[in-house]
Amino acid sequence: MPRTTPYRWLKPAVFVGALAPITAIGFAAWRDQLGANPISQAMNQLGLVTLIFLVAALACTPLKIFAGWTWPIRLRRMLGLWAFFYAALHVTTYTVLDQSLEWRAIYVDIIKRKFIFVGFAAFVTLIPLAITSTNGAVKRLGFARWKQLHRLAYLAPALGVIHFVWRVKKDVTEPVAYGVILALFLGARIVGQLKTSAQTAR
Amino acid sequence: MPKLGNPPPSREITTESLYLRRREFLRDSLLFTATAAGVGSGLLWLMGGGRASQRQGTSSPTSAVAGAPSIPLNVTKHEDYGLDEAWTSEASVTSYNNFYEFGTDKSDPAAYAETLRPRPWTITIDGEVAKPAVIDIDQLIQRFPLEERVYRMRCVEAWSMVIPWVGFSLGELLKQVEPTSLARYVSFTTLLDPQQMPQEKANLLDWPYVEGLRIDEAMHPLTILAVGLYGKVLPNQNGAPLRLVVPWKYGFKGIKSIVKITLTGSEPRSTWNLAAPNEYGFYANVNPAVDHPRWSQATERRIGELRRRPTLPFNGYAEQVADLYKGMDLMRYF
Repeated sequence: MPRTTPYRWLKPAVFVGALAPITAIGFAAWRDQLGANPISQAMNQLGLVTLIFLVAALACTPLKIFAGWTWPIRLRRMLGLWAFFYAALHVTTYTVLDQSLEWRAIYVDIIKRKFIFVGFAAFVTLIPLAITSTNGAVKRLGFARWKQLHRLAYLAPALGVIHFVWRVKKDVTEPVAYGVILALFLGARIVGQLKTSAQTAR
Repeated sequence: MPKLGNPPPSREITTESLYLRRREFLRDSLLFTATAAGVGSGLLWLMGGGRASQRQGTSSPTSAVAGAPSIPLNVTKHEDYGLDEAWTSEASVTSYNNFYEFGTDKSDPAAYAETLRPRPWTITIDGEVAKPAVIDIDQLIQRFPLEERVYRMRCVEAWSMVIPWVGFSLGELLKQVEPTSLARYVSFTTLLDPQQMPQEKANLLDWPYVEGLRIDEAMHPLTILAVGLYGKVLPNQNGAPLRLVVPWKYGFKGIKSIVKITLTGSEPRSTWNLAAPNEYGFYANVNPAVDHPRWSQATERRIGELRRRPTLPFNGYAEQVADLYKGMDLMRYF
């Protein structure tokens, strides 16, 4: 009898877990538990969840390099798509609920407010990544070009962290914490690459 | 002797491989559930800023602070200070606060301000005055008829409320201590006591919180010291027992839990101005034409409403206060 793939429960489990934020926000909204300013609360939480998924997606490679685990790589696409899902909800909350689709005000916000500009840029960055997330897209683009394009996955969370830092009034602890984790993950990759090239040189 | 049932026919006996797969299935179900729960709760924990989430941004009316009873105040109504706008719910007014001495989240003050002890409480009035004084809060309250003042409150973060404050005119108090001819500004200081205000241990702002007004602003009849809201004693999270309310200025000018009022000859320091001088001016008059460097001040969300509304110059009090700033460049003195 053929053995079933190892960790076949993994992807569905992470998928279900990833539904928790939207479920919690939706439930809290329905029960009127989002506080006095529910739009702002929902928007902030959706933005934060986006950043969590973006950073989590970048954790996969360091885990492979340093722990030798390959299974997180299988989650990477899904984590990225969840990030896009939450980013889209975050942007929709901003444009529809916060700004009531006042496109002029939104346009002025984007060009005048650097924190909104950076957040908008992060979202725009995610769009081509989501579109080319299929196996077919990898084939059409060719792996090398696809890989190059998907380097944007480093840019998006970095922009997200800047967006977060510029957004808060005073206490930057939380955004800086995400920035540090992100820097560690990026640093891990560089160290990993140096290690590989040192090995090949030998 | 009890009879054993017929043994099942052999075709119904589970094959060994299937029997083993049953274990695998059980194990996988368990791992699935544990992983899903772990991922889900981890995300929710991070959404709560990595803190225990015993509280939500609550809209429950347990507002008047855990422990402290809602003490009604004896209020003289003043119809001139009514406002033809819907009041923001008491639950929102008392659960959505910026009071960084108890945390930066707007739900923190309501959750944690019970450590503040608003009685006994004394207020020191000193500086350029003929009659400096140290006054007990309860004596202070009895000196003046308490009035209800329904004011718009516009936060610098572009949200607003309509709040029925209970208080008395700051100008009346200042007259009693007789400012000298050198008094040109009024400086206010919040309690400095990390035991009562735990976040004063954090290096977030330069504690204690200080604020200031020009003396003509302080003497203006709209400017009050509030001791209550919604007809009841001020809840801790709203700045008990005594706070400043200057309705034509951004909310951060409304310094909370005041222990000291000093009249000075030079412009006093103010906390947010010190923290970020390019973002928060000394005057901090509500002005839709002067944006915060990071966000627009043209519109605001009234708490409880969906659509934004335009922000009014001087928060709608231009008729009463614009004269104070005649000839001043409000873009510069923002």
